[in-house]
Amino acid sequence: MRSSRPGMTGRLPEKRMTDQRPIHSVVLVKQVPDTHNITGDVMTKDGTMNRNALPAIFNPEDLNALEMALQVRERLGGTVTVITMGPPKAANVLREALFHGADRVILLTDRKFAGADTLATSYVLQRAVQKAGSFDLVFCGRQAIDGDTAQVGPQLAEKLGIPQITYAETIVDLSGDQIVAERVLDSGSEIVRCKLPVLLTVVGSANTPRPASVRRRIERKLAAAPGEYAAIRARWPEFESDEQLEAYLTTHGLKIEVWTAADIGAAEEQIGLAGSPTQVHRINFVVLESTESKTIPPTPEGIAAMVQELVHEYIVG
Amino acid sequence: MAAPNGIWVFIEQTDGKIADVSLELTGKARELADRLGQEVVGLVFGHGVEALADQVIKHGADRVLLADHPELAEYRTLPYARVAIAEARARLPEIFLIGGTPNGRDLAPRIASALRCGLTADCTDLQIGDYTIRKENKTYANLLYQIRPAFGGNLIATIVNPRTRPQMATVREGVMRMPAARPGREGTIEKVVPEFEPGDFALEVLSRQVRHSTVQLKDAPVVVSGGAGIGSAEDFALLRDLANLLGGEVGASRAAVDAGLIGREHQVGQTGTTVRPRLYIAAGISGAIQHRAGMDQSSKIIAINTDASAPIFQIAHYRIVGDVAEVLPIIVKTLRERSMDQREHE
Repeated sequence: MRSSRPGMTGRLPEKRMTDQRPIHSVVLVKQVPDTHNITGDVMTKDGTMNRNALPAIFNPEDLNALEMALQVRERLGGTVTVITMGPPKAANVLREALFHGADRVILLTDRKFAGADTLATSYVLQRAVQKAGSFDLVFCGRQAIDGDTAQVGPQLAEKLGIPQITYAETIVDLSGDQIVAERVLDSGSEIVRCKLPVLLTVVGSANTPRPASVRRRIERKLAAAPGEYAAIRARWPEFESDEQLEAYLTTHGLKIEVWTAADIGAAEEQIGLAGSPTQVHRINFVVLESTESKTIPPTPEGIAAMVQELVHEYIVG
Repeated sequence: MAAPNGIWVFIEQTDGKIADVSLELTGKARELADRLGQEVVGLVFGHGVEALADQVIKHGADRVLLADHPELAEYRTLPYARVAIAEARARLPEIFLIGGTPNGRDLAPRIASALRCGLTADCTDLQIGDYTIRKENKTYANLLYQIRPAFGGNLIATIVNPRTRPQMATVREGVMRMPAARPGREGTIEKVVPEFEPGDFALEVLSRQVRHSTVQLKDAPVVVSGGAGIGSAEDFALLRDLANLLGGEVGASRAAVDAGLIGREHQVGQTGTTVRPRLYIAAGISGAIQHRAGMDQSSKIIAINTDASAPIFQIAHYRIVGDVAEVLPIIVKTLRERSMDQREHE
């Protein structure tokens, strides 16, 4: 069994990059509520949820996807474009992507996108990826921690008419026209070779995402979407007009582009709620079963008493 | 031509062996089909797999669509999707169920995207029921209720697809009962001739490594699991000590697996193994529903966590609020002393 520890890829074939040419990558990311760190503040006693208590974060496996794309650019050159769909505040993950080193970031935001299920989402992403320009690789995180569906990647690949490599952990080789990658599955692993372009969904064990660079955080602190210009100008009054600020951001690669449904030519019946075949019939908050339970002090005496009890009940032999 | 509609089940097979979840789903499909007056259709794809068709029928299918072709010998997304999409377009199934395995979750969204139908991931229950859209004053009868944990498992959502067909869902392994094979059952086997396109072979599998897991979580009498609260892979050694003492196995939450602290084959929960041991020790596990779903049937649960409000405590029989690194050694020491006492008494 090989180690699944991040970074310990020593037993894999040496990473080789032959027939080099620049590779253009698109990375699709999502801002999600931090469902993995649910604390007592979030779940109330009656089992309902206080969503506002959850911070919005960069979906963890999307960071692995971004890291993989950045590593490709480091080796072969090319560009990394990061796209997200979400409310205006999702610009935060795009800023984060710029701090990590993305070349270009695009926010897909429109009230009409709201309520999209995975099918409607994949349609919007398809329109956006195609509008963004030609690409060799599309990267997604394996799944987002709010829905855990792992569906949008394959749904998007189908709509783009390209193959997919799901559960990608390592790029073993990448050349002008093909990629060799290792997939990691519950039951083992697989090395596959695929023609470009292809979509990869990246697992969390693929790499350890670099932290956002402090230098870039400073250099790129002005990065903003048009909706944020007023706030930026309030802090930096030297920009006398939105136009002046926009000109500066554009020249310095700091503009967070914003595309609406009209900008990507999306058909209204395929987006948002209207374009979502799945509907939520019912939501039940999880009320945890109360069991007959005892609080055991973390002391030798407390634990000895617990073990004694388990022995009596033949739970421990 | 087959009868229209039907409840379809994708039969996943590897080297001629059908995945358990596919037969579990065949059994569930039988139940739904009897309720709806539909037929159960199993999709068997592979090469030299004709014998499997009969097995699927014995487990509840009325009909098997058999695509037997060298290019289908091993699972690959595009050739498999090509055949499934073409058949679904031609026959318009009512419901299409696929096991929530890595391959199933690779294939299902591809099909749903092409058919532009709704797909619900990793369901833990399926039921039949009605759905009313009040705004339209319209009721859709006998829809498939696709039930799954959502939002990090803190709620359970019932999803329906009122307008599109098929109603597609992937279903978690091990949640449906495995049906017994009925020796006398008969059904129709229909051969399907795949029509591939050159682009379907853009991807080739160079090598496959099957990990024969030495981890026997499923039937372990005691499972000692660690979560994100375990600081390092070295600290997992503490869990191993305890598991060995108790004659059990080491488990883990997804957070621990994702953090690279321990191998994926140890994962307990929705995307891992479901366990029902005599004793389950959850060390440094907060207890997201995906994890609880895989262990909440355990006879006794001990939870150790520094956060007194961690959800795991609400299903635990013994709550220990404390640091795993301090508590585990105490338990190990207590058990060691006990077994030494026993030996002295013998």
